[in-house]
Amino acid sequence: MKELSFDAAVIGGGAAGMAAALEISGRGLSCAVIEREDGLGGILMQCIHNGFGLIEFNEELSGPEFAQRFEDRLKASNIRAFCGATVIEIENQGDAKVISCVSSAQGVVRIRARAIVLAMGCRERNRGNIRIPGSRPAGVFTAGLAQRLVNIEGYIPGKDVVIIGSGDIGLIMARRMSWVGCKVHAVVEILPYPSGLTRNIVQCLKDFGIPLYLSHLTTNIYGNDRVEGVEVTPIENGALMFEKSFRIPCDTVLLSVGLVPENELSRNFGVEINPMTNGPWVDSTLMTSVPGVFACGNVLHVHDLVDFVVEEARRAGSFAADWLSGKKPTKEIRVKAGSNVRYVTPSRLDPTRDNKLYMRTMIVKNDALLEVKLDNKVVRSQKKNHVQPSEMISFSLGPAELAQAATQDSTLEISLQ
Amino acid sequence: MKSGSDTFDVAIIGAGVSGANIARRLSAYELDVALVEKEVDVSFGISKANSGIVHGGFHHNKQYLKARLEIQGAMMFDRLKAELDFPFERCGILVVALHEDEMRSVEQLYAQGVENGVIGIEMCSRERLLDLEPKLSQDAVGGLYAPGGGIVEPYRFVFSLVENAVKNGLELYTGFRVEGAKRQGEHWVVTAADGRAIKARYVVNAAGLFADEISRMFGAEDFHISGRKGEYYLLDRSTKAKPDRVVFPVPTSISKGMLIVPTVEGTVLIGPTATKVDDKNDFATTREQLDTILKSARTMVPSISENDVITSFAGIRSVIDEDFYIDISAKAPAFVQVAGIQSPGLTASPAIGEYVKDLLKKAGLKLVEKADWDPFVRKVPRARDLSPFELDELVKKDPAYGEIVCRCERVTEAEIVEAIRRGHTTLDGIKYFTRAQMGRCQGGFCTYKIIKIIMRETGMSYADITKRGEGSAVLRGEL
Repeated sequence: MKELSFDAAVIGGGAAGMAAALEISGRGLSCAVIEREDGLGGILMQCIHNGFGLIEFNEELSGPEFAQRFEDRLKASNIRAFCGATVIEIENQGDAKVISCVSSAQGVVRIRARAIVLAMGCRERNRGNIRIPGSRPAGVFTAGLAQRLVNIEGYIPGKDVVIIGSGDIGLIMARRMSWVGCKVHAVVEILPYPSGLTRNIVQCLKDFGIPLYLSHLTTNIYGNDRVEGVEVTPIENGALMFEKSFRIPCDTVLLSVGLVPENELSRNFGVEINPMTNGPWVDSTLMTSVPGVFACGNVLHVHDLVDFVVEEARRAGSFAADWLSGKKPTKEIRVKAGSNVRYVTPSRLDPTRDNKLYMRTMIVKNDALLEVKLDNKVVRSQKKNHVQPSEMISFSLGPAELAQAATQDSTLEISLQ
Repeated sequence: MKSGSDTFDVAIIGAGVSGANIARRLSAYELDVALVEKEVDVSFGISKANSGIVHGGFHHNKQYLKARLEIQGAMMFDRLKAELDFPFERCGILVVALHEDEMRSVEQLYAQGVENGVIGIEMCSRERLLDLEPKLSQDAVGGLYAPGGGIVEPYRFVFSLVENAVKNGLELYTGFRVEGAKRQGEHWVVTAADGRAIKARYVVNAAGLFADEISRMFGAEDFHISGRKGEYYLLDRSTKAKPDRVVFPVPTSISKGMLIVPTVEGTVLIGPTATKVDDKNDFATTREQLDTILKSARTMVPSISENDVITSFAGIRSVIDEDFYIDISAKAPAFVQVAGIQSPGLTASPAIGEYVKDLLKKAGLKLVEKADWDPFVRKVPRARDLSPFELDELVKKDPAYGEIVCRCERVTEAEIVEAIRRGHTTLDGIKYFTRAQMGRCQGGFCTYKIIKIIMRETGMSYADITKRGEGSAVLRGEL
């Protein structure tokens, strides 16, 4: 087996992995990127719609265009990319970690690195996860699989479509399926508000006249061999109103019911996972519970924009480089999700410098108040015009707010009212 | 040996676990044997959706044929595994009593087990039980332990049996939906819906849920098979609630109750329910039953979480009455009934093969052992079982072992190609042979890759790719 050594190894060659690797390499360190697909770019490669890069490049790019810009930089760097290589194992060996990955071209290659950046992204929740009863016919796809089939493989999974869940990929696919001549009969969402970005509701549903059923649950899937229809039941005051159930005939069901960070590899290596994000717990340097292992992008928590992913990944790369040069935070305080906040990441902050935080709320509200308390004392109070669970909130906290943090035990609580 | 004609000594109808065992057993003799199956692949009926248990031999009284065959069948699995390379493990079975009054039933099961000759069966105190299985509820008061009980992957078992039988001369007809039968001299002429026909001197009716219809077609006994649906949940291998042994509740008179099964491939199965169904093609799951499963399973292992569910499915038991119905027909000539094979059918199936062979002999079939019978199937290396070093060696010989197609269950392209070459060309067939699409993403990442491999290997067009045969096409158009 071939064995190679690097200062750092990045697992995953999507947007997060590439951005983190570029940062590490830019600091003069050697870096490997391990990607299981045959090329870099990750899920961006099947996102042929535009809307990427508004923050990062101040222009509107398609997914592959966005990825290409990073790939070009990667090619110009001395980063070593291993494509078509799947990581099968990570183990500790003295001060270093050894990642075994397999590819048809090179067999098993052992990559030795002192630091690892996890950037494996996320997977789609499926029918089983949300437990839709009924028969098990052909024609049930996750929205991302359908996107792959249409955009890259060139196949149409079905003609009459119902989309379950109003996540962004589902909304994008509602428009995509309409464009290829399919009829999208409905998008069915269990919550009283959409799960995807407002701009996608407008551009992908409203512009195409596709009905969105909020507070409706898909309670059955029919069809023995191929999907023949779904049963949809309204929810009123928290109860399923079966007497108002109705059936929508269709031959295809697409599921867009949430994303889950893919942390099986991390978990097996002993990385502790935050149940609220399904991503690793990370400190102020985006380092996980295993020293020298960092995380960024959708494997850390599910982002809504790739622009946020690369921002976070750059910081993870930079922190990994700091760690490799022996630089560690001298002081950290705890961060806690307060009322109406589903999660905040990272879960530690360094009070001596600026810290970037990402969070999600549990409520839909206009004129909300974001409140930051340090040891029960309000250090920031900020008005938000509108908050909703599908839109990630980002903000920074620095020494101005955090200088008061006297001890290592100080706790910062973030809440929305 | 293979005559190349469509005339056989024996035709077996139904390639489920019973038919497959009978076929494999008969393949050891100088006979021309045909196995006909209405589905596109073998094990696609009720043999694919069950608990995957090799039972402990204590649930039924020896007065029943099913109990005798269960005990005999259970003992045959070790040798079969060595020959046929299918996943099987004797992990042991626990029966857990949650109330003192259930202990009377446990004692009866124990006495029955002892009477049946179950090796190592043991009454357990609460402490012993919790020691054997620390994930059990603290409410457990005691129970039973049968160390010889085990877990098996039922479809892989059937695939291997049929593959081995074919290697030894069996003729397999898939997509052969029996529609008619008539006598022609000393033969039965069996016709299929698509117009094909075969002739056989003897016919074995192992048609599962539809054995009653087949029996009528042959003018044999008139009986009715009722379907009893069992729904299941499958939990991700990462669940913290995975027990080390199969966990049974104390059985009722109708069913063995809802189990918690650590499957032989590392996931966890909970269920089955038991509801009578009129439509034998109704494999749909229902909200109410699925809720019942979670509730029931949690009484025994409280840490079971709905967040670990990766899929649900249903199977249907074929029930005549209490017992199996395996006998030479008294009405139709040269016709053997293998019907009503409900639980513990999978466990009993190797013994059913033996039993039916003897019945055929009794009915006049001449059995001469083949000198060159080969009991083995060629083993397929599975990437998930290999160390990095072993995998590296394998990739050097076959680069397709370096291409991980299914990340959740770590299945390589080489294994998928192997499945296709062994005749499994539907998405479900490949799933059962390789486990690709069976993990936590349920095919979200790998389905398109598998479709491409099938097309490349078989020359099929996209329109021919199905989930499980006719009517279940996956793709509906091309851009």
